Amino acid sequence: MTSRDHAIRYGFIVLLFGLVGYFAIAADGFVSPQSAVFIFQSVAITGVLALGVTATLVVGGFDLSIGSVATSAMMAAAYVMVVLEQNAFVAVVVCLLIGAIVGLINGWLIVYMRVPDLLATLGMMFLLVGLQRIPTEGRSIATGMTMPDGSVANGKFSDAFLALGRHRFDFFIPNLIPVSVVVLLVLAVLIWFFLEYTRFGRMMYAVGSNERAAELAGAPVKAYKIWAYVISGVFASIGGILLAARLGRGDIASGNNLLLDAVAAALIGYAVLGAAKPNAFGTAVGALFVGILLQGLTMMNAPYYTQDFVKGVVLVVALVFTFALSGRGRR
Amino acid sequence: MVGNAVFRVEGLRKSFGHNEVLGGVSLELHAGEATVLMGANGAGKSTLVKIISGVYERGGGTMALADQDFAPKTPAEAIRAGVVTVHQNINDGVVADLDVATNLTLDRLSGSGAPTLFNPARVRREAKAVADRMGLAIDLMARVSDLSLADRQMVAIARALAHQPKVLILDEPTSSLSSTEADRLFALVDRLRKQGVAILYISHRMSDIRRLADRIVSMRDGIISGIFDKKPLDYEGAVNAMLGRKIHLDQIVARNSAKAILTIEGLRIAPGARPISLTLGDGEVVAITGLVGVGKTVLAETLFGVRQPLAGTMTMSGKPYAPRSTGEAIAAGVFLVAKDRGENGIVGGFNIQENISLPFHKRMSRFAVLRRRLERATARRQIEELGIVCRSEKDEMSELSGGNQQKVMVARWMAQDARLFILDEPFQGVDISARRDIAAKLRASANGRATLLFVTELDEALETADRILVMSEQTIVGEHRNADVDLDRLLAEVAGGPLHSAA
Repeated sequence: MTSRDHAIRYGFIVLLFGLVGYFAIAADGFVSPQSAVFIFQSVAITGVLALGVTATLVVGGFDLSIGSVATSAMMAAAYVMVVLEQNAFVAVVVCLLIGAIVGLINGWLIVYMRVPDLLATLGMMFLLVGLQRIPTEGRSIATGMTMPDGSVANGKFSDAFLALGRHRFDFFIPNLIPVSVVVLLVLAVLIWFFLEYTRFGRMMYAVGSNERAAELAGAPVKAYKIWAYVISGVFASIGGILLAARLGRGDIASGNNLLLDAVAAALIGYAVLGAAKPNAFGTAVGALFVGILLQGLTMMNAPYYTQDFVKGVVLVVALVFTFALSGRGRR
Repeated sequence: MVGNAVFRVEGLRKSFGHNEVLGGVSLELHAGEATVLMGANGAGKSTLVKIISGVYERGGGTMALADQDFAPKTPAEAIRAGVVTVHQNINDGVVADLDVATNLTLDRLSGSGAPTLFNPARVRREAKAVADRMGLAIDLMARVSDLSLADRQMVAIARALAHQPKVLILDEPTSSLSSTEADRLFALVDRLRKQGVAILYISHRMSDIRRLADRIVSMRDGIISGIFDKKPLDYEGAVNAMLGRKIHLDQIVARNSAKAILTIEGLRIAPGARPISLTLGDGEVVAITGLVGVGKTVLAETLFGVRQPLAGTMTMSGKPYAPRSTGEAIAAGVFLVAKDRGENGIVGGFNIQENISLPFHKRMSRFAVLRRRLERATARRQIEELGIVCRSEKDEMSELSGGNQQKVMVARWMAQDARLFILDEPFQGVDISARRDIAAKLRASANGRATLLFVTELDEALETADRILVMSEQTIVGEHRNADVDLDRLLAEVAGGPLHSAA
């Protein structure tokens, strides 16, 4: 292995540790369990979305609708509990169904209607951004709000649902680890195992690399592609559930950054360990990287408006790592 | 005819890292002469061509064009000096979305002295001049993407010739052409030869070589291993020099089969085509030959469940067989090594091991989890069985030579026992030694299954099969047992005409 190979393989991990080391020295209180948990919590939702979009990247597709699926799920959860006065279980099921159905429609548009993936999911994104505002005529959903027909919505977020966003598990220190972080870790391990170790995951990579060869090896390529979008949709809706539980209301203004942050995390993942392909571990590290960077900058009092710029720089650097330095980016 | 060399290469060397690819190559090209360069995959032909055409920098040695030192730093420089190369991949030579006229004059769009504004009328005028000089009969307004491969190649060559080259290099130009299309190319080469162009022609195909060669130069392991210029040319000697070992054209001992595996009755694969009926037996290797475009691939894909037949029935070991998908075909024990491995076979992101296990994930996993140890053991066994040259089963496919890549494709499907094993053009872009290895392996393992090959090259069928079927116009038109084959009749059937006594 040449030094160049080493640079490609471990460059990003070294960068990650370097960053942690720098903030540990430069920012007071950066190295503490609370700070670590805060970082995890801040990346939990984008991380879940990024893991979902990784599945579509693996089959050679892309899902731009994840952000709006998440916010739609959030609005739906609020609507179900506040307006329809249902319990947490119903809210969660409705959200997951929305994610699965949107995924199915995306897959159908791409596979059977032959709409290019970027365009199909972009269209879906606009559709959902509009759709989620129709039931309340563009207003956010909270207990006591006035409905379009003049009635007052008296339902409220159930405690069980809010616990998804606010409960913390004890871990050496009492009340340390939030549910969202646990959800992120569980989903990350699940999707990682699925993609790396099961035959379904392996075939998804084959579909992404050479669709025709996969088909001639007996794989139902269309089904694999559609499933990838369903996974992406369901993961995005889980992100939406966590978002609703954290906010405790259906806020139409939140979730704007979800899409770009999640896509950035997944693309940064290409560079981790020189994978040069979408992978769950890389995506998780990518999400963490962005979280650490933003937390560190925040603690060093960098202005909020520099954050997007820094994220963009990181993404571009990561993509250079992947495509210019490693030969595998070129096929 | 043999005068002073127009182009001379002496002691050319090139290394990539520690790997010496060219170890002092000397070569002369004469005006009005076609020199054929033969070499197995990995012999260094492509590297030599790339140095001459200015893509790579040479590591040592000298090149001279008309007694002047020749050292192009870029492909454009080589072209301007009069050394023009038409590369193997046709689509590299043309821009598909532009029309023929623009393609022919593409090189005048840039560089010093090129006008800033694009003047369609002038482009058409210049293009017409180029086309006339070449005798090119193609609509100049047609988009290249609408042309056949052969026409595209003619455009690519015409574009190259617009520079009035002294030396023309053709790198495996017939590899994706049918034989009528190839004839057009040969006619063009003849014409250029008469005009005094020195031609370096790189090919694997014996039929091309017999047709064109004035001289044969064999290459092996980065050096010239033989030069043959005495008429009549010693083709066998050239092949030997290139392979470095005596290849004996083993006469096939044609086998007969008693037990039928697949029976096809009244199968129609295209509208208006006559139905196909045939039987494939246990232990038999059957080759179906025919020109490009007569329905060989369509038949292969029909047997493999990629397409559905228009009519007819298939029976496999006594049971009806009508696969609706590739998955069903594989489950029934029908495997296909598809043609054009780059397009239809190789998964670029996967290493050798992962490429081999691709169709049999289900059989290699427990509760959907892949059994990696079994996967690795299978890959190692197959690498051993087929003699795939690699460092380990973890190598990337792109590191392998064409012949070894093809061996991986065959190894993939030989990892499990087939009832019917179909190979569509398995020897395309494969050097002769790899081709012999694959053919020998197919014959040695033929018992217990029926083996069906689709090949365009007659030699390949004669070398491998017990029985040869001829296809023409989407149906089977002839059958020959591979022992004392009546070649005249066979060729007449391939050509599709009625059988004349003097064919």
